[in-house]
Amino acid sequence: MAEMMAAGDSPDVLFWVGCAGSFDDRAKKITKAIVKILNKANVKFAVLGAEEGCTGDPARRAGNEFLFQMQAMMNIQVLDAYEIKKIVTGCPHCFNTMKNEYPQLGGNYEVIHHSQLIQELIDTGKLQIEGGGAFKGKKITFHDPCYLGRANDVYEAPRALLEKLDAELVEMKRCRAKGLCCGAGGAQMFKEAEKGNKEVNIERTEEALEVKPAIIATGCPFCNTMMTDGVKNFNKEEETSVLDIAELISQAADL
Amino acid sequence: MGISNIVFAVLLIGAAALFGFQVSKIRRNILLGKDVDRNDRSGERWKLMARVALGQSKMVTRPVSGLLHILVYAGFVIINIEVLEIVIDGVFGTHRVLSFMGGFYSFLIGSFEILALLVLLACVVFLIRRNIAHIARFRSREMTGWPKSDANIILIVEILLMSALLTMNASDQLLQAMGSDHYVRAGAFPVSQFITPLLAGMSEGQLIMVERATWWFHIVGILLFLNYLPISKHFHILLAFPNVYYSNLKAKGEMTNMEKVTQEVKLMMDPNADPYAAPAEPTGEPERFGAKDVRDLTWKNLMDAYTCTECGRCTSSCPANITGKLLSPRKIMMDTRDRLVEVGKNIDKHGADYDDGKSLLGDYITEEELWACTTCNACVQECPVNISPLEIIVDLRRYLVMEESKSPTELTGMFNNVENNGAPWAFPQADRLKWAEEA
Ligand code: SF4
Ligand code: SF4
Repeated sequence: MAEMMAAGDSPDVLFWVGCAGSFDDRAKKITKAIVKILNKANVKFAVLGAEEGCTGDPARRAGNEFLFQMQAMMNIQVLDAYEIKKIVTGCPHCFNTMKNEYPQLGGNYEVIHHSQLIQELIDTGKLQIEGGGAFKGKKITFHDPCYLGRANDVYEAPRALLEKLDAELVEMKRCRAKGLCCGAGGAQMFKEAEKGNKEVNIERTEEALEVKPAIIATGCPFCNTMMTDGVKNFNKEEETSVLDIAELISQAADL
Repeated sequence: MGISNIVFAVLLIGAAALFGFQVSKIRRNILLGKDVDRNDRSGERWKLMARVALGQSKMVTRPVSGLLHILVYAGFVIINIEVLEIVIDGVFGTHRVLSFMGGFYSFLIGSFEILALLVLLACVVFLIRRNIAHIARFRSREMTGWPKSDANIILIVEILLMSALLTMNASDQLLQAMGSDHYVRAGAFPVSQFITPLLAGMSEGQLIMVERATWWFHIVGILLFLNYLPISKHFHILLAFPNVYYSNLKAKGEMTNMEKVTQEVKLMMDPNADPYAAPAEPTGEPERFGAKDVRDLTWKNLMDAYTCTECGRCTSSCPANITGKLLSPRKIMMDTRDRLVEVGKNIDKHGADYDDGKSLLGDYITEEELWACTTCNACVQECPVNISPLEIIVDLRRYLVMEESKSPTELTGMFNNVENNGAPWAFPQADRLKWAEEA
């Protein structure tokens, strides 16, 4: 971003990579898929790189409001300095926080989730997928991330993308507004679960595997980790893979 | 006007006064909460109330219980039109005062009878669901003792009231046929006609006794029930309406902003701020960060607690609860209500400033419950009366973290990482672009 600014240029959209997308090995692949798509569609975008910092989502959900607001204000300062108007995030948590919670602190941007941006690119003809590519006819089930679905009522964009793949979209018993959490939200990702008789991701993966999907699609790096671990737990890596919507699209478009 | 009319009038006024008194206590308790503005966008709020409270739109996501509930609700509301007549009759000593409406009156009474039967049957099904069928959400830890009895009492009382109504009509019918004085020929009795054989062979005097007894039973039952509401989860039949009206209209993912923290953070980040400047005049007692007890919550959280129907839809969709964790969003609401009732009683007994040394956090809700929440919003989504257990959970977490520095060790580590590296993991911020080099 700094380079673009120095060149006197400004991006159409800022790609907010997020912490998982920057550091987690699995999530980095999603980041790269998103970048491929943006490049392919000739979107003028920028990333903040080292100037990006955690949105504060896990801190706020865990009750540390101070830390959340510090992070938020620092990020808002950076975003405002670059006069950012539109942001696309690779993570529903970043999406929710920046879209709904940054305005409380004076940060007003148009924020969309990557599934929405990709849908927009396809709908406007900037990105084409022919015949669904590798996923034609495959059974895909979509796991709704809580912070995309219930938290922000985005249920259709990811599904619309899956339909573009000519795949067989099968729903789990609990889907959309009734979708079951993967177990990572509310800062659970960063701690051991409380005492119980089952892990949440196991419960959810079990449900996903019931429909015997070739692919469990997600739109969140944390859901991705949780579901991937779940699939491993059942030794089903051969039959079922866990992929982000962006990865599916980028593979289908042969990027 | 006879003695019975006077007795009736006294009962009626007494019951209404007692109810008013109980409601005023609840109102006072709710207003112990902190302020939150829910008066904006009134058009949208009325529509929401019409849809969710009046139209029960969220009930039918579970069709069996949803449809049965709508039946009981509609039946109960409509049948209560008859209470109007009963009250007039009771005060003025008339009998079936509205019968001058003729055919329409017969239509009304006939419909009431059919509804009464349906309500009665639905309540029987509900009793079976609660006590015999193995439905997990009625068997949780928090649904033993009083909450379980409460639900059964309500159902049994409704069954008794409906039976009384039908028996009353049956005896009335026979008296009408006998041409008994006072018993005008009026009404249609599609259901109670099948009860009349049970009363056949009774003398006029006996029938009048049955008719009067069931009439009194019905109306006294309703007056008692009215005063039972405020101590029961059944109070939701009234509070559901304002509670839905004052719903959170923002995106469910948005958490409330703590203004007080914003002020402090702004001060910290402002290079021009004078660190030695005198702090703004403290107004009253310093407010705590987050919530430890019910008074730290908002009035809407407290209204939520009084509105909770204890249906357990939240708990049965809660990922933590489903996987055997201690957390149950329904229990969060029940605890909040129980604690608030306790605080209210303390105020009545010992005055407004009395501190009983107890608090919602600790004495009712444990840390283990709080830390199991994934903030997934399933409970908020499911609740048929738009309650948010999640807001309370987060406010209690805020107190734990910001006032007591208590959080699971891994989360403390996460906080440190965010603070120092700008990420929840211990990676240096300078490496945030490394993925690009790997591409
Ligand atoms: S938000 Fe928390 S309490 Fe509510 S359903 Fe999800 S995990 Fe359970
Ligand atoms: S909070 Fe709502 S869903 Fe949960 S028990 Fe109470 S009324 Fe039912």
